[in-house]
Amino acid sequence: MSKRIEVKDLNVYYTDFLAVEDVSITIEPRTVTAFIGPSGCGKSTFLRTLNRMHEVIPGARVEGQVVIDGNDLYAPGVDPVMVRRQVGMVFQRANPFPTMSIRDNVLAGLKLNNRRLTKNDGDDLVEKGLRGANLWEEVKDRLNLPGGGLSGGQQQRLCIARAITVEPDVLLMDEPCSALDPISTLAIEDLIKELKEQYTIVIVTHNMQQASRVSDRTAFFNIAGTGKPGKLIEFGDTTTIFSHPRVQATEDYVSGRFG
Amino acid sequence: MSLLTQRAARAGAPANSLTSGQLPRFAEVSIIGGSAVASGLVLMLLGFNFVGWLVLTAIVYLVVLGVLSSIVENRRKATDRLVRGIVSVAFILAIVPLVSTLYTVVSRGISSLSWEFITQSGGSSFNADTLEVTNTPGALQAIVGTLIITGIAALISIPIGLFTSIYLVEYSLPGSWLARTVTMLVDVMTGIPSIVAGLFAFSLFSIIMGPKAFSGFSAAVALSVLMIPTVVRSCEEMLRLVPGDLREASLALGVSKFSTIARIVLPTAIAGIVTGIMLSIARVIGETAPIFMAASFTDNFNANPFDGPMQTLPVMAYTGFAFPGTDIDASHNAAWGAALLLVLLVVILNLIARIVARVFAPKGSR
Repeated sequence: MSKRIEVKDLNVYYTDFLAVEDVSITIEPRTVTAFIGPSGCGKSTFLRTLNRMHEVIPGARVEGQVVIDGNDLYAPGVDPVMVRRQVGMVFQRANPFPTMSIRDNVLAGLKLNNRRLTKNDGDDLVEKGLRGANLWEEVKDRLNLPGGGLSGGQQQRLCIARAITVEPDVLLMDEPCSALDPISTLAIEDLIKELKEQYTIVIVTHNMQQASRVSDRTAFFNIAGTGKPGKLIEFGDTTTIFSHPRVQATEDYVSGRFG
Repeated sequence: MSLLTQRAARAGAPANSLTSGQLPRFAEVSIIGGSAVASGLVLMLLGFNFVGWLVLTAIVYLVVLGVLSSIVENRRKATDRLVRGIVSVAFILAIVPLVSTLYTVVSRGISSLSWEFITQSGGSSFNADTLEVTNTPGALQAIVGTLIITGIAALISIPIGLFTSIYLVEYSLPGSWLARTVTMLVDVMTGIPSIVAGLFAFSLFSIIMGPKAFSGFSAAVALSVLMIPTVVRSCEEMLRLVPGDLREASLALGVSKFSTIARIVLPTAIAGIVTGIMLSIARVIGETAPIFMAASFTDNFNANPFDGPMQTLPVMAYTGFAFPGTDIDASHNAAWGAALLLVLLVVILNLIARIVARVFAPKGSR
């Protein structure tokens, strides 16, 4: 199910502004890759190019290649909708659909794509998705209540359940814990470790302990100054990045000397 | 420290120093009462006048309260009380014409409101043999006409307006020339005088159908010219209120843009959209001039919007006053009755809008 992502010479522009320059990176299947770096260095922008979500922002465009198991996402004629079914995304702020119940939120990806589900299939998928997101025990008695009534951490796990019910190959997470308390954060970190068995996971985080706890490999992004493009400075095993980084800037950042 | 607090401190009354230097709770009420009595007495000497009494009471109240508060309390509290008083007076001033209008319409119209008034077409008929004119009170032709004309106008305007706002919010790039042009035209159209809309519809249908092209449909076209911009505006506002997060969440699930708009954005905004549309209907349902031009007026029952003049409630109220029949009182009563029916219709529409908004509102905590 999980797939390898190869990025070659990727530049991201906002209209004429070069936001991310020349990123080449290979993300292995069934691993957790963390993107770290100071604010504004293009981590989230780059993450969004992995499922073409940057196209939602007017004027954003990309040069270069992103290949997932041999398929170039940016080849002519590729439908971004098909890309996003393979590469799911979880956002910084939990965003369950306010008009839908917990159950409908989990099934949203399927229902909105007009997949017909029998009640039994739907029940099974809801349980599977919620169990996958470690939320089943907490909400199994109130599946028909609105998703907006859950706590922040539960909402975020509901969003993860919603994302994995579409059965993507890759899961992108854009600072999924930055609005959560430590206990909810722990719950989601445990979940990420479980999801790694099935999915390729890419997570953007500002929390370096989190990166060292959950990720197998870490990529450090940085910018030379305001108005300059963000660049991939160093990419390697998490233990290496945090103990013996090759680049001085990486060491300064992970040891808290700047950023 | 002011006089009063010193005196109070000497008496040892206030145990809590934080509560000293304040006017007592009943001060405002008793000052209102006092100034009402005082200005009433003054006006008794000059000749009593109800409006003058209210105005004088308000002025005396504001002055006394301001002066007293600045002596006993401090300047900040005096300013606060004064401004609060002025704001309350402004509020009452704004309410007075509304309540007065409503009261007049209800008190004058209620007498002509009856089951027959609602269920039969009224008008006067002339009996050639006896040379007698008989008046039948009734507004059925106007009720039916109002509902048909407003209904057709809504049928035309709601899809056009809603789709335009969806284009503006969801599809157009910010700052694209088409979006800016549409927005500007909508703004201009919002300010179009209704008589111009009536002239437009009447001349349009005169070109198509020839002279005397009165019809309910052309009145509906005139109303939709007035209605489309308000529908676009309110729907646009409501769609912009839907958080971008939800669109992104839906797109990130691999849902197409169409499904995202139809199944996520619209349901989230539906309560506000319905309210906005109901308000725009309420705005055009009371239009008189364009309907008068495009559909003319009649006492005959006509439920065919494509042929012949059609009566509506506002036009009935207008013609009842402008062109009364032989029995002038009866015409005036019918006009007031029509006005009251119109108000009731608008109230009913508003109630429906509120209920719909409550039913569709997104559930859960916010």
